[in-house]
Amino acid sequence: MHIMEGFLPTPWWQIWFAVYIPVILYGIHKLNRLVKEKREILPLLAVAGAFVFVLSSLKLPSVTGSSSHPTGTGVAAIIFGPAISAVLGTIVLLYQALFLAHGGITTMGANVFSMGIVGPLVAYLVYKAGMKAKLNFYAVIFLASALGNWATYVTTSMQLALAFPAGGVLTFGGFLSSFGKFAAVFAITQLPLAIMEGAVSALLFKYVVNVKSEILVEMKVIEDSVVRKLKGIST
Amino acid sequence: MSRKLELIVLAIVLIFALQFFYTSSTTNANYGGTDEKAEGVINDITGGTYKPISEPIWKPPSTEIESLLFALPAAIGAGIIGYVLGYYRAKKKCENELAYKGKSKSEGDSQSL
Repeated sequence: MHIMEGFLPTPWWQIWFAVYIPVILYGIHKLNRLVKEKREILPLLAVAGAFVFVLSSLKLPSVTGSSSHPTGTGVAAIIFGPAISAVLGTIVLLYQALFLAHGGITTMGANVFSMGIVGPLVAYLVYKAGMKAKLNFYAVIFLASALGNWATYVTTSMQLALAFPAGGVLTFGGFLSSFGKFAAVFAITQLPLAIMEGAVSALLFKYVVNVKSEILVEMKVIEDSVVRKLKGIST
Repeated sequence: MSRKLELIVLAIVLIFALQFFYTSSTTNANYGGTDEKAEGVINDITGGTYKPISEPIWKPPSTEIESLLFALPAAIGAGIIGYVLGYYRAKKKCENELAYKGKSKSEGDSQSL
């Protein structure tokens, strides 16, 4: 999903920065408040951040014969919300831009928008909707992280199509034609990887529920009754 | 503790691995990164006229160094996840044991009264 350094012309890289900056400021503010009020969540925050680092480092081969990577931002989004996920996404993308030449400084706004904002937002909304519908907890985690991952890559395709519409001028038809080409590269490759990310995220949540369910209840991620059901305690 | 979820995840991982072995042995796919493929699409659309507006400040000098810089945060991250989950697990076990001891002691007290 990285748009490489220099591959977004003016005015697109500035536009994505303009969208990104208010979100990241809100995210930093929210993160500061959370850490001040609830210091006990710090280890869990570290786990969520580490999970993004681990998953986005794993490049996996896909059915299309090209490689791409999961993002791992779904877990952070479900526990801490999309704004804080944007902060974690920024840290990971900054590391990759500076030390790996993956992504770039000018494309940072656009890349965080797809991986740190849209992906987590989709994961968060799917999670809330799924829990409201009282579906199985792990199935909801799976769906939320998988769709969040996939949404990230659809967003990247959209950003590139906006900057590079077919015919050189931004028309709706030109956008759609380019979007189809970029989506063929990103979105299809990403489908199996999104499924993998969903599966691994569900597993991580199982362990967190097992050892530290009270912190998830306190963060209002799940209700106590759901935890009891998951642990098989009948009351 | 039920291992149902672990088995489902294992099945998904195995299907993914089989997919890879099948695709890589039946086609001569080179498994390049999608980021570079997108660059190809950009060249296609613009007819190769697009010049990047900037270059990366620093590039890893070789793919070996690149894999080191990928593996390093992943290794540290995996360590953090394992440490925190292990810490929580042991803490919970310890608390449960203390609670159990406390409970049996107070029951003993009530019997003696």
